[in-house]
Amino acid sequence: MNLLPGFFRHSFAHGVHPAGLKEQTEDLPTQRMPFVSRYVMPLNQHLGAPARPVVEPGQTVSRGQLIAQPGAFVSTSLHSPVSGRVSAIAERRFPGGIFARAIEIETDPYATQRLELQPPVDWRHLDTEAFVAHVQQAGIVGMGGAAFPSHVKYSIPEGQRIDHLLVNGAECEPFLTNDHRLMVERPEALLRGIEIILHNLGAREATIGVELNKPDAIQALEQHLDPSIPVSVVPLHVKYPQGAEKMLIKAVYNKEVPAGELPRDLGIAVNNVGTVVAIADYFDRGIPLIERILTVSGPGVENPSNLIVPLGTPVREVLRYCGGLKDGPIELVMGGPMMGMPIASLDVPILKGSSGILAFTADSQMRPKEYPCIRCGRCLEACPYFLNPSRFARLGRARRYDEMQKAFVMDCVECGSCTYACPSRIPIVQLIRTAKSQLRQPAAGQA
Amino acid sequence: MKARDPRLVLQAAPLLRQQLTTQRAMLDVLIALVPATLAGLWFFGIGALLVLLACILGCTLTEWVFSAAEVRRERLFDGSGLLTGLLLGLTLPPSLPLWMAFVGGMVSIGLGKLIWGGLGHNLFNPALVGRAFLLATFPIAMTTWTPAGGPGQFFEINASNLAAPFMHVDYDGVSSATPLGLMKFESQSTALPDLLIGNISGCIGETSGLLLLLGGLYLLWRQIIDWRIPAGIMLAVAVLSGILHVADANQYPGPLFSVFAGSLLIGAFFMATDPVSSPVTPRGAWIFAIGVGLLVVLIRNFGGFPEGVMYAILLMNAATPLIDRYTQPRVFGRGGRPQ
Repeated sequence: MNLLPGFFRHSFAHGVHPAGLKEQTEDLPTQRMPFVSRYVMPLNQHLGAPARPVVEPGQTVSRGQLIAQPGAFVSTSLHSPVSGRVSAIAERRFPGGIFARAIEIETDPYATQRLELQPPVDWRHLDTEAFVAHVQQAGIVGMGGAAFPSHVKYSIPEGQRIDHLLVNGAECEPFLTNDHRLMVERPEALLRGIEIILHNLGAREATIGVELNKPDAIQALEQHLDPSIPVSVVPLHVKYPQGAEKMLIKAVYNKEVPAGELPRDLGIAVNNVGTVVAIADYFDRGIPLIERILTVSGPGVENPSNLIVPLGTPVREVLRYCGGLKDGPIELVMGGPMMGMPIASLDVPILKGSSGILAFTADSQMRPKEYPCIRCGRCLEACPYFLNPSRFARLGRARRYDEMQKAFVMDCVECGSCTYACPSRIPIVQLIRTAKSQLRQPAAGQA
Repeated sequence: MKARDPRLVLQAAPLLRQQLTTQRAMLDVLIALVPATLAGLWFFGIGALLVLLACILGCTLTEWVFSAAEVRRERLFDGSGLLTGLLLGLTLPPSLPLWMAFVGGMVSIGLGKLIWGGLGHNLFNPALVGRAFLLATFPIAMTTWTPAGGPGQFFEINASNLAAPFMHVDYDGVSSATPLGLMKFESQSTALPDLLIGNISGCIGETSGLLLLLGGLYLLWRQIIDWRIPAGIMLAVAVLSGILHVADANQYPGPLFSVFAGSLLIGAFFMATDPVSSPVTPRGAWIFAIGVGLLVVLIRNFGGFPEGVMYAILLMNAATPLIDRYTQPRVFGRGGRPQ
């Protein structure tokens, strides 16, 4: 319960305080995971249209080679994470228990896996259009989990401009430490990426928002600040979901992005720290997005770790590298424990947006017994959007989706704070998700 | 890694839950009531204990009889019948015939909770529904008070406790007025130390202001109840009775007496805070609490009854859906409130 709403400037109102649970991995340096025999690159691992393959089954590819073109403007490229041979372009397992078309690559065991670097891009002399095209070509997406193609954020409509670059180092999800390690280990790359984005968007300043539970990251960034570049580090109170874009803007700039509008309507671009480092790696070193940092953690995994993994690595191999799973039934999640996606198969690959693989032993995560709603109001005080989740749960059970729509259910970002806070263990956000997907169907609300 | 894949369990995020459960919250309210209950037993002896047990029995039996067979065991042990029974019993006079207490328990659960659809669906506080029923049905038994005795008379059961159903009730002859009754009908104030310690006549659970406060503070510390409700009620009562007291000190009691006398504390911390029958929105909680305080002061000072906490809370319970509807918070990023 926040007794003094608005008292702390560097946070947002409402939200919840789950235990951080980051101790297992926050001090572990990232290790580079060795190559495995097979990689799977789903064509739809970003938001927007799926990518179009530009390789054929049987074709030899080298590490970093373009294997799929953007399928539309809101879409991005894919590059081979490994040198080898395209073994199939077919349906493969995808998180969430579904299948998706993917390019499968068998690793060439004799290849050196040396990256064929492209020449660095002279980013100081690009026009905005060329910058946007380069980012799309590099296959860069939001690395915090949403996997929204970054170049779309950088293509600003006529008459608008970006003044502020907000770099998201909040990492408010429990267990995850991949952004934390990135900030501690590669602060110069992060600041370099900021410099590149600032220059090409013509933005006035950049702010890196970091929660106070990562003092070493704040220190590392402050040590590397270059006075000639207008970048500042803002420590934030530890609260979930601070890393949600609009919550972070509220926390750092104390501005509320109106519903239905985007941060850019306020002149703000928000990028995850991983995205910014990916920009630096591409423009400075010519490396497209072919790998990412991944936190492997949770009570069900033997050796929690922070790994640099090639995209497309099957979860099975990641877990094997981390010593395997503990005995008994296991719940696997891709992403954080609050918003991550359940994994139904160990064959699912690591995607551009995968920030973590978390394993829970089922006894610690048994489906909790549900009680009737006692109208305690804890979900209302948890919801960062000031919605009424208890009402949504009631209406959702009755399938009164049109009434939910009138109560702005579509504004919900599904952060799960309501479900976290509910003492009756009602699956509130799960009911909201169902309602939202029903409402997105044509002729919805008549269920 | 094992040769075979582990059995993967699928469950939609979030996987983390805060620790408090509804059942634990009910247990906490029971824990918070322990000091005041013990004080009631200390002052009123075994008769009071029997009244509490009769209420709990009435509640639990009713819950059991009207529950579906498959959930009966669960309902019996989930603690809500126990809690409603205890809350009801604490608001009854210690000399009440046991059969009346039992009927009150039945009405609390039957009319107060079950006909609305069970836990979480009732409009009114169930314990207060039972009490209102008893006050309307047995007005004399419900307003006959025995003086606080003490450990010396602990094992003396009031003859009236054992009255047979529907038969004439014989009182011991010793009866005394409550502090609010003394105030209303004889303009006689009770000293604050007595109100704090509880050496006064009144309902079983409302005698010791200090121990009720202790329980209330425990609930606040555990974050079980919304702090706005007790704060709003006590503030409203203190301010309004203060104004009246300044206007005419002879007729109207001062703020401290008004807050500590009668069932205001048990009402503010344990009855009005019942989440089911109070508003969910923070602004609604303030409106609800101030409304209760206002009604208490009005009923006590201008109405026919010496005490008005029960009716004040029940009236504001009735207003709760309306309050909730008009106090929905402004949605983030929007100018307006939802419908």
